[in-house]
Amino acid sequence: MIGDANIVDFLLQFLGQFDGIDVIRAFSAIGAGTAMIAGVGPGIGQGFAAGKGAEAVGIRPGAQSDVIRTMLLGAAVAETTGIYGLIVALILLFANPFM
Amino acid sequence: MEGPKIYGELFGLPITQTLVNTWIIMAMILVVCAILTKNMQKRPGKAQVIAETIVTVMDGLVGQTMGKDKMKFAPWMLALIMFLAFANTSGIYGLRSPTADLNCTVGLALMTFFMTQFYGLKSKGLGGFLKGFLEPMPFLLPINIIGEFANPVSLSFRLFGNMLGGGIIMALLYSALAGLYFFPVLIPVPFHFYFDIFSGLLQSFIFTMLSMVFISGAMD
Repeated sequence: MIGDANIVDFLLQFLGQFDGIDVIRAFSAIGAGTAMIAGVGPGIGQGFAAGKGAEAVGIRPGAQSDVIRTMLLGAAVAETTGIYGLIVALILLFANPFM
Repeated sequence: MEGPKIYGELFGLPITQTLVNTWIIMAMILVVCAILTKNMQKRPGKAQVIAETIVTVMDGLVGQTMGKDKMKFAPWMLALIMFLAFANTSGIYGLRSPTADLNCTVGLALMTFFMTQFYGLKSKGLGGFLKGFLEPMPFLLPINIIGEFANPVSLSFRLFGNMLGGGIIMALLYSALAGLYFFPVLIPVPFHFYFDIFSGLLQSFIFTMLSMVFISGAMD
């Protein structure tokens, strides 16, 4: 049974045996992967928009082109936060400010 | 996917791959326009029908989205969507897409931003324009100003992120296919269809639509 302080000490000791830049690289890759969790939100939002769009087309098939246009616009706006996550991941991988 | 290459310098400014590819795309658009509008007549031929259809569809879209009183924006919006459609789909004929470079998309988004501010100022007058920042409550002024500057940021980053993300996935796919034993000739086709054609045309449509919505929203 090890306490919390012991785990932190162990982790720091473990990381201390590597080169500093390698540790930064490894954590940047982890951060890039974590940043892409942002993709969950736009997925839910766009799915909701598409579902409502299908519903609207079902109710009024005559207005299909209008509904599709509005839906695409809303989906694009909902996508913005996911794209921000992607940009953060790309910066961490390819234009890392810490290296 | 690598960043844009730098070919040389002109007056201290680098000539990047983005710039050269933009010139190629401009030349392609000019050639297409010259072919489609050559020898125009009252009874249109095949090429003229295509050109007239493009202009009519875009006029209808602008009239529906911005209102019939703002038809003067239709040529600019058609030019924007033409450039974006050619630039976003340029991955299928081997060019690095110019819109996968943040410099290009920020330039396009800043044009929309300045048009939004200028035409908002022109149509509302100085008092109405400044009053628009105090709505619905005066203490929301900083949020309104931040929101105004967030528009070009989100416009440019959306296009850039979509195009660069598609390019990166295509590059990963090609590097994975290089390790296959059999002849991988048809596998990239559906991916090119989605990431270059579908996503590219959708993003150019969305960029143009959002520009129209921002400009007409600032005017009335």
